[in-house]
Amino acid sequence: MIINIKDKKIEELIFRIPEPPRFFEAMLVGRKYDEPSHIASRICGICSVAHTCASIKATEKAMGIEPSLQTINLRKLVYHHENVRSNVLHVYFLAIPDFFGVGSIIPLVETHPEVVNIALRTKKIANDMVRIIGGRAVHPIRIVVGGFTKLPTEEEMVEMRKMLEASYPNFEKTLEVLKALEIPDFERETEYISISDPIDYALYDGNIKSTDGWEIDDQNYMDKINEKIVRYSTAKHCWATRDAFMVGALARFNNNYERLTDNAKKYANELGLKAPCYNPFMNNIAQFVEIIHSVDDSIKLINEILEEGLDEDKAMAEIKPKGGRGVGVVEAPRGLLIHDYTYNDLGRVEKANLIIPTGMNYANIEKDMYALVQAIIDKSEVEIRLACEMLIRAYDPCISCSTHLLKCKLINK
Amino acid sequence: MRKPKVGIFGLTGCGGCQLEILNLEDQLLDLVNAIEIVHFTEAITEYSDNYEIAIVEGSISTMHEIERIKKIGDIAGTIVAIGACAVSGGLNCLKNLYGLEKAKELVYRDKKKLIDSIEVKPVDEYVKVDYYARGCPPNRFEIVDIIRSLIVGKKPEIPNYPVCIECKRNGNTCVYELGITCLGPISRAGCNSRCPNSVSGCEACRGVIDDPNINAQKDLLKEYGLTVEDILKEFNLYNACRGKTIEQKNK
Repeated sequence: MIINIKDKKIEELIFRIPEPPRFFEAMLVGRKYDEPSHIASRICGICSVAHTCASIKATEKAMGIEPSLQTINLRKLVYHHENVRSNVLHVYFLAIPDFFGVGSIIPLVETHPEVVNIALRTKKIANDMVRIIGGRAVHPIRIVVGGFTKLPTEEEMVEMRKMLEASYPNFEKTLEVLKALEIPDFERETEYISISDPIDYALYDGNIKSTDGWEIDDQNYMDKINEKIVRYSTAKHCWATRDAFMVGALARFNNNYERLTDNAKKYANELGLKAPCYNPFMNNIAQFVEIIHSVDDSIKLINEILEEGLDEDKAMAEIKPKGGRGVGVVEAPRGLLIHDYTYNDLGRVEKANLIIPTGMNYANIEKDMYALVQAIIDKSEVEIRLACEMLIRAYDPCISCSTHLLKCKLINK
Repeated sequence: MRKPKVGIFGLTGCGGCQLEILNLEDQLLDLVNAIEIVHFTEAITEYSDNYEIAIVEGSISTMHEIERIKKIGDIAGTIVAIGACAVSGGLNCLKNLYGLEKAKELVYRDKKKLIDSIEVKPVDEYVKVDYYARGCPPNRFEIVDIIRSLIVGKKPEIPNYPVCIECKRNGNTCVYELGITCLGPISRAGCNSRCPNSVSGCEACRGVIDDPNINAQKDLLKEYGLTVEDILKEFNLYNACRGKTIEQKNK
């Protein structure tokens, strides 16, 4: 991040992602239809379930494969818990230490052991959920094109429900901690884009929706979402209706508030989060509200699955490899994630286009930063630097990439 | 006991290995007590150039990373490579397979000259690596075991036998019986056969055992009409840098 200030005016502001490019769009070319989800999962360890699901959905769409309702419900269930553990990492491991003025969760082991314990416990439950359903916490094994290679047992489902029900007291305590934090008072209205569904608070599936008043089928994402290469960064810039937009928890909250459980709405209310919210720092609060929603909805999903009974015959759909194009769109923890594959008649990838949320947020972070620095330009360099770092962290740009390599260079002439 | 200073670094990869360290929920606090983590790309803001042990995730894929790994090598007395990307180049090597220049052209088109990207290589192509925690993702308990061994000064034990041994011990039905091709017979164990446990074929993310050719497992493959070469050809997801692959098919 380079900010060039002259005579109390910003001359130049550049947010650069130096992350080494990996060329997944090239790696996928030529691979057999059952491999892309394994390859795409490795784009991000933190959102491996999201990449796996986006990839599978694209392939299923391209080949006309129809997974069972049981499969979809299990995917939604596992999906919740990648979002929970990522939100936990972000809220407890990145944001809360910032507000306590320390560099990581490690010093909090001494000063706030209860917070650390809640963080670890909550993350473990979410990881266990992904382990039980996906076969592994990072880069799931069982979630494949057509369904699941192996189903959880009913005993495991009951066990999961028990773990989830036991986690509510942790959230009550976290609520108290979060209420005491001073969230910077900063607003900048922008376009918020996420997927949306008439019934669900959409994470796994839905249309693409914008607060600027449009809603499109996910297969037609190209009608609205544009991408370009910028000179100073390996991540591409995106735009839709305006020159920048925001994705992620706050965008989902702004678009889909009505679909949250009543319990999650209650937490949002307690924390002063109302839709629409234009303060990017509130993204952390939206993430916490989503944790509550995910736990509520998971218990409901488990009950539904148990009521139907787990059926081995519904674990895998029939697969007939063929050519065609398909788009898979999901909400990764950091926002809208798009996989677009074209297969040849042999069932091998001919072309792949991937649009990741950190790339989408990129232009918007720059715009927020510009407005924020202008608003606090009279403050000391140290304060400006910290505010900028906190803003970037509020967006949660994939922490595997850049967050903690963040260097803010302030040139004040 | 003195706490060794440890730096945990991320190079080209997905961050999943570092995440597996954070996923040690039950042991994380013990770990933080046993070692002094002075650098952790994914979890702490501070950075330090003073450490004895470097734990490195990811492969080398840019000129900048060559400099970084050489600097890490100069500082650290011991280097532990974690995860397939650091150990063998991992999945990143699919870029080499596709062709570096072609890949740059495909993704960055006319801006490709601005992109710092080189042939992907594993960490030990540039610095001496003392220990390897293989796998994608690595087994987090193996990482703990290596750290524990380093603290008490003993040599960690890394399996050099095939996944089949663990798979049998776990009482799984051989996935070949279910019509699934599996690299278990020639792949290095240490993962507790996690993919076959989930009724999926092993993809050799921990690499191949030292000398699979003289291994009796060849007979097992023969039963299903396959050779070691056959299955290595079919699966090159994690081992493309090691030269045991072929061109991608049907292009």
